[in-house]
Amino acid sequence: MKSRGPWATAVRRLMRDRAAVAALVLFVLIVILCLLAPAYAAWANVDPFRSTLDQIIKVNGVDVPVMEQSTEGLGLGYTPIGPTWELGNYFLGADNQGRDVMARLLYGGLNSLLIAGAATLLTLAIGTALGLAAGFFGGLIDTVLSRILDILWAFPVYLLAISLSIVLIAQGIEIGPITIQSGSLWLPIFIIGIVYIPYVARPVRGQVMALRESEFVLAAIGLGVPSHRILLRDILPNVSTTLIVFVPIMMALNMLTESALSFLSIGVQPPDASWGTIIQDGQTLLYTRPLVAMAPGIAIVITVLALNVLGDGMRDALDPRSKIRIGRG
Amino acid sequence: MTAPLLEISNVSKRFAVGSRFSSQGLRIVNALDDVSLSVMPGETVGLVGESGCGKSTLGRCITRLYELTSGSLRFAGTDISSLSTREMRPLRRRIQMVFQDPSASLNPRRRVRDLIAEPLRVHTKMGSEEITARVAELLDIVGLKPDHAMRFPHEFSGGQRQRIGIARAIALNPELIVLDEPVSALDVSVQAQIVNLLADLQERLNLTYVFIAHDLSVVRQVSTRIAVMYLGSIVELGDAEDVFSRPSHPYTQALISAVPVPDVGKVGSRGRVVLTGDVPSPINPPSGCRFHTRCPIAQDRCRNERPVLRQLGASRHVACHFPSAADQAAQAVRP
Repeated sequence: MKSRGPWATAVRRLMRDRAAVAALVLFVLIVILCLLAPAYAAWANVDPFRSTLDQIIKVNGVDVPVMEQSTEGLGLGYTPIGPTWELGNYFLGADNQGRDVMARLLYGGLNSLLIAGAATLLTLAIGTALGLAAGFFGGLIDTVLSRILDILWAFPVYLLAISLSIVLIAQGIEIGPITIQSGSLWLPIFIIGIVYIPYVARPVRGQVMALRESEFVLAAIGLGVPSHRILLRDILPNVSTTLIVFVPIMMALNMLTESALSFLSIGVQPPDASWGTIIQDGQTLLYTRPLVAMAPGIAIVITVLALNVLGDGMRDALDPRSKIRIGRG
Repeated sequence: MTAPLLEISNVSKRFAVGSRFSSQGLRIVNALDDVSLSVMPGETVGLVGESGCGKSTLGRCITRLYELTSGSLRFAGTDISSLSTREMRPLRRRIQMVFQDPSASLNPRRRVRDLIAEPLRVHTKMGSEEITARVAELLDIVGLKPDHAMRFPHEFSGGQRQRIGIARAIALNPELIVLDEPVSALDVSVQAQIVNLLADLQERLNLTYVFIAHDLSVVRQVSTRIAVMYLGSIVELGDAEDVFSRPSHPYTQALISAVPVPDVGKVGSRGRVVLTGDVPSPINPPSGCRFHTRCPIAQDRCRNERPVLRQLGASRHVACHFPSAADQAAQAVRP
């Protein structure tokens, strides 16, 4: 008989959860679509990062200007073209600089996913390291690390992220050999990665403390297994379920945070796009071309929803008894 | 007379509970109070007592999972009580432990092969083929099949899991194994199998056991000597059969009289010493003899003066001021 490990069991359980599978498929689809952004832009022959105020396109055989001069009042200002519903031909219309919203939506999604994913990895890496050290060694190490986490924890996440962004966006950061330019995508990754560290480190620390007292860890100590090996072989594998469940949930949180920062123009910097910056672009067109703001908004909602459903499914699949919750309390 | 394999001298262990900032403040639990015990090579010392009497704490002190508060431990002539983790490592392979709950003492995320191989990987320089061969050999010794190696602990029954725990403990050919309630979590029928396995291994591998249990009939079956513990101290120590047939300490008498008799005809033919009250808290132990609050024959002296463990007869030690009175009291309840 082939013996099935805990991972294989969890995957089987996840595959039986229809909602989770649907969410997973949806999320993978979104990722693939976003990865196709450059191909779409090339195919549609648009440059989603350059203003095109005087372009004329054909819609249903009729020449239409992408930016239409206003006929009202003094005739100042332009109204961008609305959705044509023709793929590759300003499908979702143009924004206030005449750029193809569909192409920008895909590029923006790519950036949003990239930032959310990288920030998740950063948070998990630092949070896990801190949680393992604090929980396993205890004593002074725990006290110092926990107080640092408490300080981070004491700030409301958005307030901290906004404050960090405002300071860092202007001048970038230099940590030793690493220099992050002010316009770089690494900046929001770094900021979002930092603010959520306590959300990961705390539960990990708690779990490690419990595992530290478990009999199999005592047994390992009794066998004379060195600490680093116990951490790696006995404790980390038992924390890994928690960490894996954190991935989709942290991704969702990070996407929302990234959008918020970008919306406030302290996240992704123009001409780069993210779903947050596109919403901001669409803000001024809310009455005439509501779709510019709504399309990335809907994209965020769908992606975050898919990630949350997937996260719930993964939690149930990995440990039906666990009560991992993200957030305070 | 041979030298003892393990000498426990005046070992105390105190735990701090609560916090300095809680309403009751920082409190001290006296889990072990001046315990002395020698274990001879090849014998099985049974540690018995009710829950919370410190028998598991003593087991974990012997394996240095807990630091001693005071006292000393000598293993094969070496003082191991103050060795650092690194200095302790070579000795770890000579002292092993089997835990009560095999489902808790085996990492659920590792395969049986890795669980049993762990001590070999840490302590020896065996290659992977040698390790595979040794694991198969160990599985065979404890009565499991070679193809069990690739499975996970949750795929086994309680008894099989305990066999895995035993295989891991004997992997390095240790001299001393501390068995912390190895059969308490198992069904009675499985208990017997494991007890037989342990007895068999002791003979084959020349093992010395410290057998911790609360089930007196199991202890009687496996032990050569018995140490009865009450509230962190040893109250009676002696040869197993001797202690069972002629208990001297009133607490031992109460414990032994509570063992169920498997013969309906004999029920009632034997005195039953029923203790009243609960075990006092080890945070605030009673003055004098720790047992005086529940002792049927307690006198004024017991309330003030703490009895030491003193020799009584050839191989018996008792910590009681009136062991003979206890004998008579036990006789008296017999109809």
